[in-house]
Amino acid sequence: MLNYIWVGMILVGVLWGLVTGRMEQVTEAVISSSEEGVKLTILLAGVMCLWSGLMKIAQKSGLVNAITKASRDIFKGLFTDIPENHPAIGAIVLSFAANFLGLGNAATPLGIKAMESLQTLNDKKDTATDDMILFMVINASCLQLIPTNVIALRDAAGSKDAAGILPHVWISSLISTVAAILFYFIFKSFEKRRDPA
Amino acid sequence: MTIIMSWLSKAAIPGLIIIILIFGIIKKVPVFDTFLEGAREGLETTIRIFPVLVGIMLGIEILSKSGALDMIVLLFRPLANFIKIPEEILPMAIIRPISGSASLGLLSKQLKEYGPDSLIGRTLSVLMGSTETIFYTITVYYGAIGVKKTRYTLWVALIAGLAGLISAVVVCRILQ
Repeated sequence: MLNYIWVGMILVGVLWGLVTGRMEQVTEAVISSSEEGVKLTILLAGVMCLWSGLMKIAQKSGLVNAITKASRDIFKGLFTDIPENHPAIGAIVLSFAANFLGLGNAATPLGIKAMESLQTLNDKKDTATDDMILFMVINASCLQLIPTNVIALRDAAGSKDAAGILPHVWISSLISTVAAILFYFIFKSFEKRRDPA
Repeated sequence: MTIIMSWLSKAAIPGLIIIILIFGIIKKVPVFDTFLEGAREGLETTIRIFPVLVGIMLGIEILSKSGALDMIVLLFRPLANFIKIPEEILPMAIIRPISGSASLGLLSKQLKEYGPDSLIGRTLSVLMGSTETIFYTITVYYGAIGVKKTRYTLWVALIAGLAGLISAVVVCRILQ
């Protein structure tokens, strides 16, 4: 799937550049993209190390387990393949919390930590599990309390009420989160019906 | 209410770090050694993500710098008109799932153009705040753990994004 999307993006871009005579910009994009990749990686490396280190402490001290125990009931009906008291729940909760509080650069490392934790429960390492998909789609629907960058940009553009859109954001992301969970279950049951394992 | 929440958002990171460290000390964990151990693993994860980032950036940059992204926006215009999504929202709706930095740049530009407190400006803000860079997130998260078959992840994520788009438009129109 991702293979096709990736090739599609490049193919469409290059062909469109060819048709519209923007080959120079395409060449420039090829070079600048690898630089962008390095920049992003370096930006990510620091926070990745920071949060992995902190998470390790939280794991060894039993904090992740405590969070797992406290929150397992919330996700009981959702993440169905995680055994009772498995630390994956704790990792998922922390990742959602980081997203929810809008801690942008903490959210990615914690999200990847949660995925690594889910991967330990996976029998087929190259295929996504149901729980991984659910985690990803809830992530993608972006339940967020304060979208700080949006408010900052509104303020910079001279808004009289930069934070006034917050209730709208909450309602809207709640709706998309509900849609994500709903359609996850729909797709899941469809797949099961198509090839019952 | 908003003040409490924005304070909570600002205090969350320092607060979380303090809680983790104090809990660690109480439970007699060698905190600094443990931190280093985890940080080293974080570096390994970063190295694993690096090729994924270079690859996804290649796709995104070629698509946007060639002007193909603008062409795609034009292609979707009839569909947007059909489901009554304002035309001005369309570029954001399409760029948002693909690139976080490009959509922030677009938001900044469009807020100045339409005014941040206009209906269009508010809808754009809500759309930006309530949706996520789906393609990037899916590629990086799955890439980090080596999962290749993502099954129906993308479909559900896209449907959730579409639900976010429609609700942003509707909510902004109803709640002034």
